[in-house]
Amino acid sequence: MIAAERRPRDAYGQALLSAARMGKPVVAVDGDSASATRASLFAVEYPDRCINVGISEQDMILTASGLALAGKNVYVSSYGSFLVGRGYEQIRSMVAIPGLPVKIVGSHCGVSAGEDGASYQMLEDLALMRVLPNMTVLVPADYTSALALLTGAADATNPVYIRLGRTAVPDVYDDGDDDFAPGAGRVLREGDDVTICCCGIMVSEALRAAAVLAKQNIRAEVIDCYSVSPLPARVILNSVHRTGCCVAAEEHFARGGLGEAVAALTASFYPVPMKQVAVFDKFGQSGTFEELRGYYGLTASQIVGAAVQVLTMRRR
Amino acid sequence: MTHSVQELSERALAVRRDVVRMLGLARSGLLASSLSIVDILVWLYWGVLDVRPGEPEWEGRDRFVLGKGHGCPALYSVLANRGFFPREELWSYRRLGAMLQTYPEVRRTPGIDAPGGSLGQGLGVANGLALALRSSDPAPSVVCLVGDGELQEGAMWESALTAAHHGLDSLTLIVDRNGRQMEGATEDIKSLEPVADKFIAFGWTVAECDGHDFSSLRSGYGELAGAVGRPRCLIARTKLGKGISFLEEDPSGGRMVLDRNSTDRALEELAGEEDGQ
Repeated sequence: MIAAERRPRDAYGQALLSAARMGKPVVAVDGDSASATRASLFAVEYPDRCINVGISEQDMILTASGLALAGKNVYVSSYGSFLVGRGYEQIRSMVAIPGLPVKIVGSHCGVSAGEDGASYQMLEDLALMRVLPNMTVLVPADYTSALALLTGAADATNPVYIRLGRTAVPDVYDDGDDDFAPGAGRVLREGDDVTICCCGIMVSEALRAAAVLAKQNIRAEVIDCYSVSPLPARVILNSVHRTGCCVAAEEHFARGGLGEAVAALTASFYPVPMKQVAVFDKFGQSGTFEELRGYYGLTASQIVGAAVQVLTMRRR
Repeated sequence: MTHSVQELSERALAVRRDVVRMLGLARSGLLASSLSIVDILVWLYWGVLDVRPGEPEWEGRDRFVLGKGHGCPALYSVLANRGFFPREELWSYRRLGAMLQTYPEVRRTPGIDAPGGSLGQGLGVANGLALALRSSDPAPSVVCLVGDGELQEGAMWESALTAAHHGLDSLTLIVDRNGRQMEGATEDIKSLEPVADKFIAFGWTVAECDGHDFSSLRSGYGELAGAVGRPRCLIARTKLGKGISFLEEDPSGGRMVLDRNSTDRALEELAGEEDGQ
């Protein structure tokens, strides 16, 4: 069966609408990117609550900080490379240090930016955001989880970073599922042989990999670690206790993302052999999404290979 | 609230003495940068801003954003003297666990409306505050005080465009035009002049004044009152180290750390002025 595909970023405008209709003083700040980030859907109903500050990411974050200081429920969104890259110092000084509940939504992250090439393909955003104290970092796997996480973020009392890609991805969750929260994870498939921690587009790849492994009698446990920070530590540790080995898969540099977060967790509490499926020490480049996924090894078959390797390394 | 020039001068003198004591006790910090903005802050907090020291989070209050975070000792003394918190807090400035961190922190210090410390960011935050508050009736004023050196930051000019584009006339930017930055004169390092023309070209209404003269501050601010639909910029000419002769004279004074002798000398000068009035 081929799952339906939708673009998680399409959830952005919808989530803003839902939060505003619940009576929250939602304001959306964007940098001349509302049609790309889908803030435009919100703008139709709440034109006064949309602020386009033009092509100026530093000013976007500063404006968002000021709006939050005055009590607004602020979402700020633009291309991940520039929002996080150029706005990083503003995010650190004027959002993270004062702990303002600004929702920072990076779109077009990962190699999903495709033909736009290396400058647009943000592969280090999780690393940059994860190191900031009190910053929640969320990476939804599909449209439904994106909608739930974006809408739920309206209740946050601390800064939140939400990573979205450009392209459509297979649905993982049923419509209306809203059982998502910072610090939680979802076990999508149970198994006692190998743990697969994944996020974003790699969740559906991990599920495909688990199906392949099952044919070889290898039972993989797939955990959607959409909350990269704080990590769903108990869920992950509970799983590696049983499996004794782990694969982490993400559309991000191997350095600093989900894989290293999981490695740090397991190293501290229950060390197990581990492999990462991620982008190793290379920037992106132009190409189709599919070509790039193949070239950088962000595929189900890479997860299968990594799972087999860690299985042979485990000691039980 | 109108205070006589005499009253404001006395308050400013008291604030200068506080600032010298604070930095003398801390044994570090930029004294001269605080001294150039003392008169501006005294004029704002005793003559312009509608605030309630007993109710610091009052929603209708005017907001103040300190862009040049290194002038924070002056702001802390002003807030303490205005009644936001006990003056005793001033003496633990910069110490571990103190309420008064080196740079302004919201939710930690009563009366602080915006975080600070990183240069060039205050105006953008002030824009956000003005945008959020402009639909209130009456719309609170938002005042942002920046140093002239931080006009070299790019983000400042992104924010200057935003303020003009959105017609934020409840916003006033005050530039502490002391002409100096860490390594020398602004005009030697990266020229800023003509500052007024730059803001005018960006769509602002601009006035200039003497930042150490309360009547001049008042009339400069008054000139801006007619700026409907445009943000307001008040360029206040000031002197780094104002009030302490050896700091005013020594161009590198901005970096000086006060030892006990110079603290005593500074306090003597400030006491002398007090006697003379």
